[in-house]
Amino acid sequence: MKLLKSQIEQKTGSGWAALLPEEPEDMWHAYNLIQEHDLIRAKAVRRVSKTSDAGSTSSQRIALDLTITVTYTDFDVGSGQLHVSGRVATENEYVKIGQHHTLDLELNRKFTIEKAEGWDSVALGQLKEACDASRRAQLWAVVLGEGTANICMITEHQTILRQKIEIAVPRKRKGGVDGHTKGMDRFFSTTLSTLLRQMDLPNATTSPQEKTLPLLLASPGFVASAFLTYIKAEATRTTNKPLLALLPHITIAHSSSEHIHSLNEALSSPAITNKLSDTKFSRETALMDKFATMMRLDDGRAWYGPREVERAVDKGAVGRGGGVLLINNALFRAQNVGERRRWVRLVDRVRDVEGGEVRVLSEAHESGKRLEGLGNVAAILTFPLEGLDEDDLGYLLKIFNLLSDIRHASELDISLSLLNISIV
Amino acid sequence: MPPKSGFSRARNVDYDDDDVYDDEDYYDEGGQNAEAEDAMTADDKEQMRIGTIRVREALGNMSDSTSDQKIQEALWHYYYDVSKSVSYLKNKLGTEVKKEKTKPISRFDQAASVADQNAPTTTGMSTHVHVSHVKEPARPAAHRLPLRSISIPTNAAATDFFWDVPWGNVPFNRRGIITVDAPHYKGALLGGSSKLAALAAKRRKEREDAEAAAPKVDSDADSAIAMLDKLSVRTKENNNPSRQSRYLVRRRSPSPVLEAPKEPETEEPEVPQPAVVIESPAQRASASLFASTLCGTDAAAKQPPLQLPDLSMPLAAHQSYNTMDAFSGPSPDDIKRKSKLANGDLAESVEKLAVADEPRTKSKNLNVVDVFEKSGMKRMANFVVLGHVDHGKSTLMGRLLYDLKVIDQRSIDKLRKEAELIGKSSFALAWVMDETSEERSRGVTVDIATNYIETEKSRFTILDAPGHKDFIPNMISGASQADFPVLVIDASTNSFESGLKGQTKEHILIARSMGMQHIIVAVNKMDTVAWSKARFDDIVKRMTTFLTEASFLEKRITFIPLAGLTGENVAKKIENSAGHWYSGETLLEALERIELPQRNVRKALRLSVADVFKGDMRCPLSISGRIDAGTLQVGDVVLALPANETATIKSIEVQDAPVDWAVAGQIPTLHLTDIDPVHLRQGDIVCAPKEPVKLVKAFTSKLLAFEPVLPMPVEVFRSTLNSPGSIRTLSARLNKFTGEVVKKKPRIVKPGEVARVVVQLERELPIEEGMRVVLRERGRTVGAGLMENVA
Repeated sequence: MKLLKSQIEQKTGSGWAALLPEEPEDMWHAYNLIQEHDLIRAKAVRRVSKTSDAGSTSSQRIALDLTITVTYTDFDVGSGQLHVSGRVATENEYVKIGQHHTLDLELNRKFTIEKAEGWDSVALGQLKEACDASRRAQLWAVVLGEGTANICMITEHQTILRQKIEIAVPRKRKGGVDGHTKGMDRFFSTTLSTLLRQMDLPNATTSPQEKTLPLLLASPGFVASAFLTYIKAEATRTTNKPLLALLPHITIAHSSSEHIHSLNEALSSPAITNKLSDTKFSRETALMDKFATMMRLDDGRAWYGPREVERAVDKGAVGRGGGVLLINNALFRAQNVGERRRWVRLVDRVRDVEGGEVRVLSEAHESGKRLEGLGNVAAILTFPLEGLDEDDLGYLLKIFNLLSDIRHASELDISLSLLNISIV
Repeated sequence: MPPKSGFSRARNVDYDDDDVYDDEDYYDEGGQNAEAEDAMTADDKEQMRIGTIRVREALGNMSDSTSDQKIQEALWHYYYDVSKSVSYLKNKLGTEVKKEKTKPISRFDQAASVADQNAPTTTGMSTHVHVSHVKEPARPAAHRLPLRSISIPTNAAATDFFWDVPWGNVPFNRRGIITVDAPHYKGALLGGSSKLAALAAKRRKEREDAEAAAPKVDSDADSAIAMLDKLSVRTKENNNPSRQSRYLVRRRSPSPVLEAPKEPETEEPEVPQPAVVIESPAQRASASLFASTLCGTDAAAKQPPLQLPDLSMPLAAHQSYNTMDAFSGPSPDDIKRKSKLANGDLAESVEKLAVADEPRTKSKNLNVVDVFEKSGMKRMANFVVLGHVDHGKSTLMGRLLYDLKVIDQRSIDKLRKEAELIGKSSFALAWVMDETSEERSRGVTVDIATNYIETEKSRFTILDAPGHKDFIPNMISGASQADFPVLVIDASTNSFESGLKGQTKEHILIARSMGMQHIIVAVNKMDTVAWSKARFDDIVKRMTTFLTEASFLEKRITFIPLAGLTGENVAKKIENSAGHWYSGETLLEALERIELPQRNVRKALRLSVADVFKGDMRCPLSISGRIDAGTLQVGDVVLALPANETATIKSIEVQDAPVDWAVAGQIPTLHLTDIDPVHLRQGDIVCAPKEPVKLVKAFTSKLLAFEPVLPMPVEVFRSTLNSPGSIRTLSARLNKFTGEVVKKKPRIVKPGEVARVVVQLERELPIEEGMRVVLRERGRTVGAGLMENVA
């Protein structure tokens, strides 16, 4: 995304930014940036009906600049299209204020965004990230097993499942493995042809400058290597030049299943991290793995869930020296303004006050999906805490019980310290 | 059964020597029937009376052609179920018209009883019921067995004898006349019988000459009729045993063309239907002429002129008259059409006639549970072979097959040669099970291999599971089909220890969580540790601790030292002198002894599809899988879920042998028709359409954790099903023994703890309460549980 122009006041955060999306990924950024109540200005085509004095109506399509107050955004992951619905905010000769319009944001067509609540730190961070001009890693991945294959496109911020292939492969049977062998051949050929169609390999002669994206094959057992053998054989047999050119870019990794969620494993395997170490998704995957490992240790230093994490932050456990806040960007897209503000405040607090690390995960990646399962927010603490998940009522009850047993002031102190409560 | 029993009306005045004896049979059967009826209670009789009236109402116009006795017989067999009796009778009437086959019992029954009433003199009639149907001049009563008429005529019986025949549905006045006449003929026929015989013989000769070529032309149709005939045998209550056996033999043969030459005698009488209909007036003419000859010569009949005008009627008028009356009941076509609507069986059998090369399936309507219990089948057991990779599972099973002569020496030699070629001679036995090129070149079992062995007492299905951790999904699908596991452990140093950390442990946990109670632990490769008792005892001790922790009862664990490669203590006793300290059972003996779990034969059908494949040209779609509950038989309609499509079972194979039914616990191969292959895949459930499994998107499960469990994406395994899903919430941590809630919404479930979790599936799948699920994540089995309810 290109930042054409911006006028954002640092202090209040008010202002606007004019952006030019250049690649499909930018639509994802726009989707994350645009909030309800924001003002969006973009070129639109609108059918306008006119009633003449004689009473006859004529309608025509007019291209015009429209500013709308956003009520709803709709993002299609597959095609990377973003539709922004809202009500017209500035009147012009064709459109009255308050009329509804849906803007279709398109590539290479600029739009201007003005934040209703002002540009907060998260929004500014997203804007910065969106306009980061450095070349982003992209790769194709095929997670496959016997009879199923998931063809995915992995970009910096998204994992897009492009095609799922399911072909019934008969299993090996006593006295004859013909069915199995034939089935696997059919499966491989379907997968390869689908993959090539999806990848749309650049024709070497016409556009040599275009870079070939790497391809990752991941599977349990030997399916991936068998598929690679098949691709090699097929490339030689058909002397398909683009395919031959692709061969050196193919990497094989191990995954425990053919389901797409095991892409995580493939991405965190050493073979892959070596090649793609500094990409957002591999960082995110590694972080989630770290979190899961700490959860398994169950030493009270890893917590998940909104309430628990907020409590942990309140206690200052997500701070300098290893405190990490993992948060899904889905939370910042909350329809409710108050909800968003709550998370922005938490992020600001961890980053600015506590000095901890904040990682905003993209929920379009598998790691983000895992975080989503954990309630969209998790934290790695600097020191162990217990009982963060107690109900408010149960928590109070515990205090009450303890207090009723207390006879000496010293005991009170001990009990309170047990509960991690400080007397305010 | 006389081949000419189905003789058409073209032969209605024929006499056949063979038939005398059959009469006897019929009479006997009739007698039995009569006895049965005599034994009826007053209550029964009242029910019978009401039932008869109802059936008559239901039959409508067909009721004219049905005797009370027949109705009552039907009612008796169907326990006074009116609707069933009606459909049976309709069916029978229809088939009788078509196949021209007698339903001997009832008719003879009637004949006998009527004779008893009308002519007391005939009560002494013993072996020969001499129903001279020659006396039926006006009727094309052709379907009757040609009977000897040299004997005492029981003319009184004759009319009653035929009055229920569909085409005998002549107008009442005509019927009445003959009945009245009957006594008069009596003496006369007795006297004139020799003349009659001579006349008949002459006539027969004439007709045979005339029709010499005719049946051959219709041979195709004949065989078709023969098949129809054959099919309808099933519906009959009293099957002639010889017919039955012939039928069974023929059912197996694929081509009906082959059958035709087998019984050339039957061909002749079984003239195709339309031809018979057309011929009937002519026959009537000849028959009545014959009869009139009798009447004219021997008796001063009251109404011979009445019959003569019949003859002199113009043929066209005669025919229409005849068809209107005698065929006022359903015509063969009508019946065909009607039964197609009313009765699928008949419709199917008719279709079968049409396309002789692809027989449609027809249910035998067996009570499979009863048949199974009576069959006294050998003990049937399925076991899965588990263990860490390279502990010798496949080799051990290859050895077992070899020792039991399932695999011959030649095949083994061939395999050994091939194995030596790539320098893996020790894999020869394993290659019996590992058949794919991938498995052979890598020396690792990838998928379940199925094989069968049979001993004197039992028939086993061997499921050889892969040991490699990547193929645990396959192992789970294999284990779900087994009754008990055989755990193979490598006794050699380090191997055992590494296995215990690896898949030995995981396999045990999975097997246990699948509900298996017994386990055989085969301590393999004892030859590599020189049959050391100390090593064996050490392994036994450590495995016992481990298995009891996995909640196997100690008494249900069997340890057997053996060597798979050399075959010692597999089927044969140990020969090595170092192993003489062991005097217990061999692996095979242990397999035969082990107790099998209860089969849920009486529950609704549940079959988990383990494989979908193309059998051969005749069976374009076949599935295999274990029947978890219930029974099935050829011709059953089953429902495949989650596709929610029905299919018909064309044939069943159990252990590669065709059978008519299968019960819970077996792993049959079903050949299906009427379903598209896209609707079936591994992991589907095949169930009875009336009691389907619900499709579930999310469910709560009581889960025993093997690894730390938190909300996360998992793979859900249910029997052969493997689906992506996720643990949505951890609802509560439970007390392991009482099941009480210890903590609501725990943050994490630690290994060994029991929790209630909500599992979300990617799409709707058939999962039922009480089904066992295994959850895996990142190649580790995180827990196993029981489906509790729909979330």
